[in-house]
Order: sequence, then C-alpha cells, then structure tokens
Amino acid sequence: MTQNAEHILDHSELFRGDEYQQMLANKKALFENPHDSAEVDRVREWSKTPEYREKNFAREALTVNPAKACQPLGAVFAALGFERTLPFVHGSQGCVAYYRSHLSRHFKEPTSCVSSSMTEDAAVFGGLNNLTDGLANSYNMYKPKMIAVATTCMAEVIGDDLNAFIKTSKEKGSVPADFDVPFAHTPAFVGSHVTGYDNTLKGILEHFWDGKAGTAPKLQRKANNTINFIGGFDGYTVGNMREIKRIFELMGIGYTILADNSDVFDTPTDGEFRMYDGGTTLKDAANAVHAKATISMQQYCTEKTLAFIKGHDQEVVAFNHPLGVSATDDFLMTLSRITNKAIPNALEQERGRLVDAMADSSAHVHGKKFAIYGDPDLCYGVAAFLLELGAEPTHVLSTNGSKAWGQKMQALFASSPFGKNCRAFPGKDLWHMRSLLFTEPVDFLIGNTYGKYLERDTGTPLIRIGFPIFDRHHHHRYPVWGYQGSMNVLVKILDKIFDEIDRKTSSVGKTDYSFDIIR
Amino acid sequence: MSRATTQSVAEIKARNKQLIDEVLKVYPEKTAKRRAKHLSVHEAGKSDCGVKSNIKSIPGVMTIRGCAYAGSKGVVWGPIKDMIHISHGPVGCGQYSWGSRRNYYVGTTGIDTFVTLQFTSDFQEKDIVFGGDKKITKLIDELQELFPLNRGITIQSECPIGLIGDDIEAVSREKSKEYGGKTIVPVRCEGFRGVSQSLGHHIANDAVRDWIFDKSAPEASSKFEPTPYDVAIIGDYNIGGDAWSSRILLEEMGLRVIAQWSGDGSLAELEATPKAKLNILHCYRSMNYISRHMEEKFGIPWCEYNFFGPSKIAESLRKIASFFDDKIKEGAERVIAKYQPLVDAVTAKYRPRLEGKTVMLFVGGLRPRHVIGAYEDLGMDVVGTGYEFGHNDDYQRTAQHYVKDGTLIYDDVTGYEFERFVEKIRPDLVGSGIKEKYVFQKMGVPFRQMHSWDYSGPYHGYDGFAIFARDMDMAINSPIWGKTTAPWKDAPRPSLMAAE
Repeated sequence: MTQNAEHILDHSELFRGDEYQQMLANKKALFENPHDSAEVDRVREWSKTPEYREKNFAREALTVNPAKACQPLGAVFAALGFERTLPFVHGSQGCVAYYRSHLSRHFKEPTSCVSSSMTEDAAVFGGLNNLTDGLANSYNMYKPKMIAVATTCMAEVIGDDLNAFIKTSKEKGSVPADFDVPFAHTPAFVGSHVTGYDNTLKGILEHFWDGKAGTAPKLQRKANNTINFIGGFDGYTVGNMREIKRIFELMGIGYTILADNSDVFDTPTDGEFRMYDGGTTLKDAANAVHAKATISMQQYCTEKTLAFIKGHDQEVVAFNHPLGVSATDDFLMTLSRITNKAIPNALEQERGRLVDAMADSSAHVHGKKFAIYGDPDLCYGVAAFLLELGAEPTHVLSTNGSKAWGQKMQALFASSPFGKNCRAFPGKDLWHMRSLLFTEPVDFLIGNTYGKYLERDTGTPLIRIGFPIFDRHHHHRYPVWGYQGSMNVLVKILDKIFDEIDRKTSSVGKTDYSFDIIR
Repeated sequence: MSRATTQSVAEIKARNKQLIDEVLKVYPEKTAKRRAKHLSVHEAGKSDCGVKSNIKSIPGVMTIRGCAYAGSKGVVWGPIKDMIHISHGPVGCGQYSWGSRRNYYVGTTGIDTFVTLQFTSDFQEKDIVFGGDKKITKLIDELQELFPLNRGITIQSECPIGLIGDDIEAVSREKSKEYGGKTIVPVRCEGFRGVSQSLGHHIANDAVRDWIFDKSAPEASSKFEPTPYDVAIIGDYNIGGDAWSSRILLEEMGLRVIAQWSGDGSLAELEATPKAKLNILHCYRSMNYISRHMEEKFGIPWCEYNFFGPSKIAESLRKIASFFDDKIKEGAERVIAKYQPLVDAVTAKYRPRLEGKTVMLFVGGLRPRHVIGAYEDLGMDVVGTGYEFGHNDDYQRTAQHYVKDGTLIYDDVTGYEFERFVEKIRPDLVGSGIKEKYVFQKMGVPFRQMHSWDYSGPYHGYDGFAIFARDMDMAINSPIWGKTTAPWKDAPRPSLMAAE
C-alpha cells in the first residue's frame, strides 16, 4: 500500500509508487494498443526538426495552442471596470461560465457576470425574450447601476440586434427607461479578447457621450485639463492601476481612469462578499468627454475606442504596454507635455533607481536570447525592455497580432543593434513557437501559464509574464508599469536567470565549482 | 456554525422553508414562480427531493451551468488521450476549457497523446459566411501530417456549426474513407443545445455508439483474451487520478479492468468495452446512456458504485463482487480488510477535528450525493445540496440513499440564492466550483472546489479518502479563518447609553 495517514501522499507522489506504476504499465501493454515506443521516439525527434517546422508553418486551417481568447472575455473584463456594473452576455450560457472561470482562475477572485441563456428556440426565433427577461431578473436580483451587454457568437450568427432589442426590452418594462444599458456586439469569430475590450469600452463611452442610444441629448464637450487613462486588457490591472494612480497623483494631474477594475478584482476577505467594488463612476465616464486628452497603455486594445474619442476632439495617445526606461520616459513626458505638469523629483529618482538596478544586473541579461509571446502590446513592451537590457528578443509571437503589428515589431528590432536577429510572428500559435524553440533555441521564454508545456517539451525556462497566469499566485497584485513596475519585471527575469545558473551548477562534484554564493 | 444540537429537525425545516421564501422575494413574479419549483426542503421517506430539474435556466439570474460543448468536449470526449479533439468554431471554447479539468493521463503529449493540447479551427468571419466544411477538411489533413500517431479525431461542434448548416457528418465519412477507415467522429454538441452540460453528455455518448461501436469490431485494436473477470470503469474522468485509485482496488479484488471511460482512456479501450462482463458506472449522469445501450445491444449488465469514503467504498466493492463468483467476493473482503488500518488511521486523525461540522454542496454530475458518505465517515453533516445539471433520477437517488430529513435542496441554484443560503446557514464548509470559491471565502466561509478537487486529489478509493480527509481538515481548520475580522472590530464598543 502506498498511501499513509501520517504522511499523506498527493497525486504527484502517490502514483509513483510501485503498485501504481505496475498497474499503469499493464494497462498500457494490454489495453491501450500503444504505438511502439521506438516509433514514438522517432516521431518525437522528428517533431523537433527543421523539416517538421516547415510543415508546421505551412498550416492553413489548423490552430494548435493559440495564445488568444475570444471577444466577450475582453468585454466582461472592461465592463467590470465601471461602478456597480453587471456584465451581461447575450447568447449561450456556457460561454459566461467559461469567462467567469477563466478570470477567476487568474485573479483568484469572484467574477460576476450573467447570461441570457439562449437555447434552441432562441436560435430559431431570436433572443429578444431572453434579453428582456434577463435584464429584468438581473436588475432586480443584483441591483446594478448599469448593465453592459455584449454578445456570444451564437447571438451574432443569428443576427440579434442589441440596439433594437434593448429598446424593446425597456419598452416592455424590463428595466427603467433611463437605466443605463450600454452594449457592444462582440462576435467571437472576429479579433480576440482585446477586440472585445475595445468594442465594449467604446460602447460604454458612446452610450454616455452620444445620447444614450437616442434617449438623451448628446453631451457637449467643454474641454478641461484632466486626462483619461485606459489600461487595456491587462492581467496586472490590480497592481498597474494603483501604480498609475500614484504616478498621476505625484504629478498632480487630474485624471479619470476608464474601466478601472482594480478594486473589483482585489476585494478583501473580511466576512463580506462585495459583488461590486470601486470602478469608474458613471458620472466620471460621462464627464470623460470633457477631458483634454485620453491616453491608452495598449494601442491594440483601444483602436476603435481611441478613434471614437478622437472624433470628440480630444487628443489621443496610444502606447504599447510601456516597460523599461525609455518607454516609461516617453509615457511620463507625454503626460507632462499634455498637462503642463513637471515630472517630479520623486519619479526622477525612481527612474534613477531603475537605471541603477539595470546597470547592476545587466551583465546577466546582456546577450541572452528570449522568445516572447502574448497580446500584441505586451509583446512590444517586453521586447523593447529586453533591447534596453542588451538582450535579444529573438522570437516574438502574437496569435492576435496583425500584420501591421508585425511590421511595427520589425521596426523596433531595426532600431537596436540587439534586434538584428529578431523576428516577429503575427497570427502564429504556440505549436509554431515549439518549432521555433527547437530549431532556433533561445535562453528563456516569456509568456503565460500555457508556456509551461513549451518549457517541458523544449527545456526552455519559462518566465511567467502575461495572461492568464493560473499556476502561480498573486503576480497580478504587482505592477509592471512605471519605473517601479519595470523593476518588478526586471527582478522576475533575473530570478529565473539566477535559478537556471544554480540549477545547471548544482551537481555535486561535477558542476558545483560554479555554484557561487555571490552572483 | 457547527451542527446546532439544539435545533430539532422541525426547526431546521421551518428555517429552510423560510429561507426559500425569503430568496424568492427578490425575483420578478414570473421568475419567482419558476424558481420556486427548484427549491425545496427534503422530507424523509419521499421518493425524490421535491424539486423540478433539467429545465432551462432563467436568463439573467447567474446560473452556474455550462453548455453541451462543455459536457461533450470538456467531460466525455476530452480525456480520451490518443484521439485529437477539435474545438470546431471560434477560439474561445477550446481556450477556456484547455487543460483546466485535470483529466490525468500517461503519454507523450503532442506525439501519441493529446489531452492537454488545444486544437481549434479558430473560426473567422469568412468561415461563418462561407461555411466551415472546407476548413475542417483541410484541418484533418494537417492533423494527419503533423500528428501522425493520433488514433482518431473528434469534431466538437461549437455554437455556429449548427447555425450555419455545416455538414460535419459528411466530412467525417469522407475523410474516414480517405484515411483507410480512420475513426473520425462528428459531435453535435453546439452550446445552445439543451439546457446545460447534460445534453452534451448524452450527445457524446450517442456519438460513441454511432461512430465507434457501430463502425468497429471489439477485436479491431485490442487482441487480449477475455476472462470472466473483465470489467469496464464507466464515468470516471480521472480527475487528479481518481480512476487510478479506483482501478487499483478492482484489480486487487481479482477483477480485470479492460477500459476506462474516459479518464486516461484510449480509443482501443472504448472499442473493446463490449467484451466486458460488467460495466461499473461511477458518474451515472454523464454515462448512463452508453451503459444502457451496451446492456441492450451486448447484454452487458451495469451497476452503479460510489468510491467516496470507506463506507460507500466497502458497500460498492461488495455490490460489484455480487456479480461474480466467490473468488471475487473473497477478493472484495480482502481489499476491505487490507485498507482498514489506513481507514482507521485517517479517521482517528481527522474525525476529531471535523466531527459535527456542516457542509453545503453544489456540484455537477454525481457529486452532490456521492460525496455525502465520505463527509459522514468523518462525522460531518451535509445540510444543503443541489445539482448543476441533474435530472429527476439523480434527485431520486439522492432522496432514497443519501440526504437527511430537512436538508435544503436547490436545483440549478442562482448566484443570489446560493449566497443568501450560505450567509444564513453559515455552514463550516462549502463545496462547489471555481466561480463560487472566492465568493464564499470572502464571506469567511471555508471552501473546497469539488469539481477539480481544488487541484488536489485523487478523492476516489481508499488512497483518495486520505487526501480528501486532509483537504477538508485544512480548509475548515485553517488558522486564517480566525483572522477575517480586524481585532479592533471585535473590541466591545464604548456604550453611548450614559450620554443618551
């Protein structure tokens, strides 16, 4: 017997016992009709070759291990950033179960969201009744201040018209006529979660600024000196938003954070479940029309939103997930230029500390090769930071990156001598990345939790930066933006580099002459 | 609070009825009427739990349920390790269900086994407009080229497939022919079908019947000699290794497990199952369909069993043995005796720490009833339970074999109801899913995920019971629950009486 009451074995140890190992070997030999192990080895080795890579890159129909999710996930993420707002996704109900699980597995927090639970009859007759009943139920049960509606692909395929449906629902008395129900069509077969974020944020601003779907006068912009800030779809929203607010306050800037979900994804455990917490107030969302400018940290999360805001005569500026010294400099100087506020000494000191840390540690990063994958803006930001550190972001892959993103990445590589041998891979997936790591190996891989499969297969150590991170806890609480956030990223990278050196030098009597106490 | 010994069953029933009345008040009239049918207080001696089930969820209430795709790809088909399961449609469904269910398996992932890969046709707008049949045809060719050791392919339909009129059956037949009779299974598990995961299970079972049993002989890939002691494990998804810690007991009692459905399962095992002498069924909800089919078509009897907690394990081992000769019956007794010292040691260690603690459950499949015995073995009381996607036959089994008089029953519970029930009853533990976990922990109520075992497990079998007991103890008796209130909030407030 393997199990033991005194020292209870978990799955990771239990099944290594002889009894289980024998049992599994018998199962395989007798019943599984396994391939010959030599054949498995042959195919495994073949899958590492340039020949396999060529076939792999010739794929046209098949996607394997994509690094992207679908639009409504981004819609839910954005909607949760507004005061007492309940995201409502119109379509099949299973989708909502998935978004809630996915976000909760990353943040280790509850994710409140409802579905209109459409089934076969709604597929035939349309989902108007589902929407009407759903709005009435949500409104009564969860007492939201706003319900933000998005769509699943089912509702999109059958062509449900949200604008008309919401109007009719209100006429039928589902929610009061003046209750805020902004909406966005978010088909899963267009773009990715970053597109859904964009569409939803635009939908909410459009609702407040452009007359609430014809039920209120459009707002007249009276320009003031405040700045709107948009984070984009961001797995580090909890840490990042707080860091950004600190920076704005240090600079004395009047600001509105749009879609601020940093509190709802970080409520305390004190005996009370807060379904809603914090968020951009509806008043602030409306008044954001008067701002002097809007700054987006992630261009590819806000393309439509920024175009819409620009149409309301604001200056708009988009960054690409700024990380490191120059990108943060650029961010702060832009803030300073727009607001005429000086960059305070406190931030300058933080900058100096980041430069100090990079100078102290750059010898360990310099010349190292990295593969990066993730959302297009994150990839750009991380690659730019690595170039600053003298590292080479050799393969940069974004499943939801466009060709234009690929060109922008190539331009970044061209701007640095360390980018000489680097290449961007828009629209590719993690099975492509597997071939890249086998045929053109790098020292480290940067990506989300799914990267651990690549780490296992190719032996490339994984540094977890991105979304989702399911298998490490609380990283989302630490910022990655600003000089201090960049410091966190630097430390994360360095920790893995040092761990690897230790791992490779820890063999007693063989390699441990280099098992140094000081590095 | 721990079991309130001062409360009589009559008092508990009255309180639960009052709780139901209270939660129903929040709903608009039409919804209240519908929800009332799903909430009940169990009356001992009744043949079911007094609730309606397997009915459409109401829009906007925050149901916990998923969809048919989740039931087919996520539950039944996904764990078959040597086949490739394509999430056919947009990217999301496959992405959110990628690797999250912990169906353990042994194999060289990406080469001869494929469970933790996400294969998708990643539909774009043009696929919706022009149809996806051409794409899936080409996709199968690409799979054959890049993953040559796959034993078969399933096409798991997402919502759009059934709405745009794709003919995946024709594609499957055509490609199967082209690849020399390869097993290619189209599954019509579009998420809008039915009311929950449940129909997806049924559709997936039917697809095994139609596209595997009807197209292959049991001898096709498994050449083993049958014995009188061959059984198949049906409805164990090997979450955290559950099927393994079950299989070992069956083998120790002298049976031979020829197939696992579907955790750590292979196509060969599915095909060989008609050679079994008995199908033993753990998750009745998701796989009773194929068990009944095999009974009708191949004359294989089936019996339900429950491997949670020593009482139910012993009962089940004896029940399974009753289908066989004395050798197996003796084997069952030998196994029960062998593990008794482990059971005694685990119980001695944990029961004193858990005695009298109360539990509320809300899970899927079989667990809202099956785990009750394991809690009772530790001296704990399940005071509320409900099914995410159960049918009336589940509630019958629950009423007749598991729950106590006065237990609060909630079918397809809404977020609001569950929160209120827990808030008022204040059980010592809630067992439910990831969407519920943090809600209750915020409230200061200990919680264990009872779908994924909170990344622990196995919980099946004697080895699993030890882990189960430890996990429940560490959840309930974690020192952190004593710290949810700041100490200055506990201090007696200065009285204002004098000033008044």
